[in-house]
Amino acid sequence: MGKGWKAAALAAVIGLLGVGCSSNSTSTTSAGGGATATAPGTGGKAVGFIFVGPKDDYGYNQAAYEGSQDVAKAFPNLKVLTAENVPEDDNATRVMEGMINNGAKIIFATSYGHLDPAMKVAAAHPDVVVIQQGNIATGTIPANFGTYFGTVYEPVYLAGIAAGKATKSNKLGYVYAFPISQSIDNINAFQLGAKSVNPAAKTYVVNTSNWCDPGKQAEATNSLLSQGVDVITQHQDCTATVIKTAEAKGAFTVGYHADASALAPKGWLTGSQWKWGPLYVDLVRTTIDGKFTGSKFNANYRVGLKTGDNPFVQSPYGPSVTAETKADIEKARAIIAAKDGSPFKGPVMSQDGKVIFADGMVPSYAAIEDLKVFVDGVVGKLPT
Amino acid sequence: MILPVEVMVGAVRGGTSILYAALGETVSERAGVINLGTEGCMLVGALTGYAVTASTGNPWVGVLAGAVAGGLLALVHAILVLSRGANQLATGLVVLFLGLGLTSLFGAAYVGRSINAFKPVGIPGLSSIPGVGDVLFNHDPLTYLSYLAGPAVWWLLYRSRPGLILRAAGERQEVLAAYGHSPLRVRYLAVVAGGALAGIGGAQLSTAYANAWFENMTQGRGFIAVALVIFAAWHPIRAVWGAYLFGAALALSPALQARGYGFNQFALDAIPYVVTIGVLVFLGRRRAHAAPEGLRKVFEMSGT
Repeated sequence: MGKGWKAAALAAVIGLLGVGCSSNSTSTTSAGGGATATAPGTGGKAVGFIFVGPKDDYGYNQAAYEGSQDVAKAFPNLKVLTAENVPEDDNATRVMEGMINNGAKIIFATSYGHLDPAMKVAAAHPDVVVIQQGNIATGTIPANFGTYFGTVYEPVYLAGIAAGKATKSNKLGYVYAFPISQSIDNINAFQLGAKSVNPAAKTYVVNTSNWCDPGKQAEATNSLLSQGVDVITQHQDCTATVIKTAEAKGAFTVGYHADASALAPKGWLTGSQWKWGPLYVDLVRTTIDGKFTGSKFNANYRVGLKTGDNPFVQSPYGPSVTAETKADIEKARAIIAAKDGSPFKGPVMSQDGKVIFADGMVPSYAAIEDLKVFVDGVVGKLPT
Repeated sequence: MILPVEVMVGAVRGGTSILYAALGETVSERAGVINLGTEGCMLVGALTGYAVTASTGNPWVGVLAGAVAGGLLALVHAILVLSRGANQLATGLVVLFLGLGLTSLFGAAYVGRSINAFKPVGIPGLSSIPGVGDVLFNHDPLTYLSYLAGPAVWWLLYRSRPGLILRAAGERQEVLAAYGHSPLRVRYLAVVAGGALAGIGGAQLSTAYANAWFENMTQGRGFIAVALVIFAAWHPIRAVWGAYLFGAALALSPALQARGYGFNQFALDAIPYVVTIGVLVFLGRRRAHAAPEGLRKVFEMSGT
C-alpha cells in the first residue's frame, strides 16, 4: 500500500510539472534530430523510464537505471525522466501520463507487470512510443508499441555449469519470486547447464511470492541450505540477503542481475548481469529517427548470444572456479552462439518424463519463453 | 533437519522481529494508545540500525540507535494524539507514511552496503541438544534477548507498580489523576517505549535476520504485530506465542518447497493471514472485555 501512495504522490508531482511545461510541450519542433513529426516517438523533449523498485537495488532496477543513464549520455538534448517504485497497476499509467505531459515521446516500462498499463498508455497516445521490458505482448502489436528482452537464460545456463562443477552434495538451490516465464526459463537453463557437466546435479526451487522481501528470502535460503543444498542462486529484485545468507553458511553463490561478488568473497562463482545501455541507445535512436514502426523493436524483440548485441554479460568468476570449469563454460558458450546451438537443444525432458523438445531440435526463442513446466532434474513444483 | 523442527526454527527466526513490535504495541495499547504506525517505527529502526552499524561497525550501537529512532517516530504519534487530540487511527497511518518516506529517502545510500551484522551464536551445551538446540539456542543475540523481553514486559505490566500505573492510564485515567499521577506523562512514556521496541524489531530484521536494508523491507510485519496484540487480548506472553505462530506459518511454505512438495502456492502464502484472522475470530468475542477501557473509546469514537 505504501508504494501505491507514493506513486500517486509522484504522479501528482509529475502532473504539476507537466502543467508548468504544457505551453511548449505541445510544440512539435524536434529536439531529437530530423524526424518526420508524424512518426510515433519523434519530436519529444524527453525519454521516460519507470522502474518497479529502487534504482540502486543491486539488481534488476539498478541495471535498467544504468541503461537509462547511458541514454542520457548519448542524447544530451533529451531529458531523461526516471520514476522509481512504480507499482504494476494503474499508478504506472498515471506516472507515464505525467511523463508524457512533461514532453516524453518515448517511454520504457521496465518491469514485467508494467505490460498492461504500458499498452493502455500506448493505445491512448498513438504519437508516443511505449516499450516494455521482459513481458510478451499478445495479438496484433500496435505501431507504437513493442517489448524487448535478452535471452538471459543463456548466461544462466553457463552459470549452471559453474554450479554443477562446484557442488559437493549435487543439490543446487534456486530462490525465485513468481512463476513467470523469465524465471521458469532461468531455472530450467540453470539445471540443464549443471546437468551437462554433472549428471547427478538437481536444482531445488523455492519461491517467495515477492520481488523483495528480505525476511522471506532469508527463510527460503535457510530452508534450502538445511536440505543440503550447497550452491544458491536466485531470481529476486533485491539480491543481497540471499547472497549474504549463503556466504555466512559457507555455500557457493551464483549471482543474477548484477555483479555482487563483493558480498560473497569466498563463495562467489559467477553470474549473469544486465548491460542495457547499447540496446536502449539503439532503440531511442531508431525511434527519434522516425523508424520505430516496423522495426525489430516494434515486436516482441529478443536478443541473445546468436545475435551478438547482448543486453547481458557474464559476471566475473570467483576465486574457487577452476580453469577446467572456465574451459567448459567457454566451450558451451561457443556451442550456444553457433547457428544450431541453444541451451534447450533437444532432447529436453520435463519433470514428469515427457519430451519437451525432441532430440536434435533447436527451439525458437518464442518456444522457450512459452515453457510452462520444469525440466527433468528440477525438484519442486510450479505453483498451481 | 526434519520438517517440524525446521518450521519451529523458522518460527523463531522469522517471528522475532514481529515479537518485539508486538510487545511494544502491547505496552502502548495497555496505556490506551493504539499506534498503527508500528510498521513505520520498525522501518526507521531497521534503517537506523543498519546505517549506524555501517558507520560504527558495532551492531549493538546500531540496535540502540534503532530503538531511539523507533521511539522518536512514536513520539511524533504521541504528540499528535495526546497533546493535539488527533484521531489515533488516522495519525498512526500518517506516522507509517512518514516512516516509509523518510526511510526511502535516507535509505537509498544504504542499499547494497555491507555491515558487520549480528551472527548466530550457539549457546555452548544447549545448542547441541537435538531439535531444541536448533530451535532455541542457535540464533543471533537479539533473538536470545527476545526470550527475556516477553516475560520482562509481562512482569513490568502485571507485577510492578509502574505497570499498574501504566495499565490504569489505559483503563481509567481519571482515577490515576485522582491519585496524583499524570496520565499524559504515563501515556507518552508508553507510546515511546512501544516505538522503541518496534525499532528494535526492525533492527533485528536488518542487522541480524536479513542482513540488508531495502526500502519497505518490513513488508507489513508491523501491521501483523498490531493485529497480534488484539489476537493476544493485550497480553504480552500471548503476543509472543502469536509472533511465533505467524513466523511458523511463514516458514512452512519454503520448508515444504525445499523438500519438493507441491501445494497451491497462493494458499500457502495466505496461511499466515488466515491463521491470524482465524484465531482473532475465535478468540475475539470471548476476550472482548480484555480490551483496555481507554482503547475502547478510540474505536467507538472512530466508529461514529
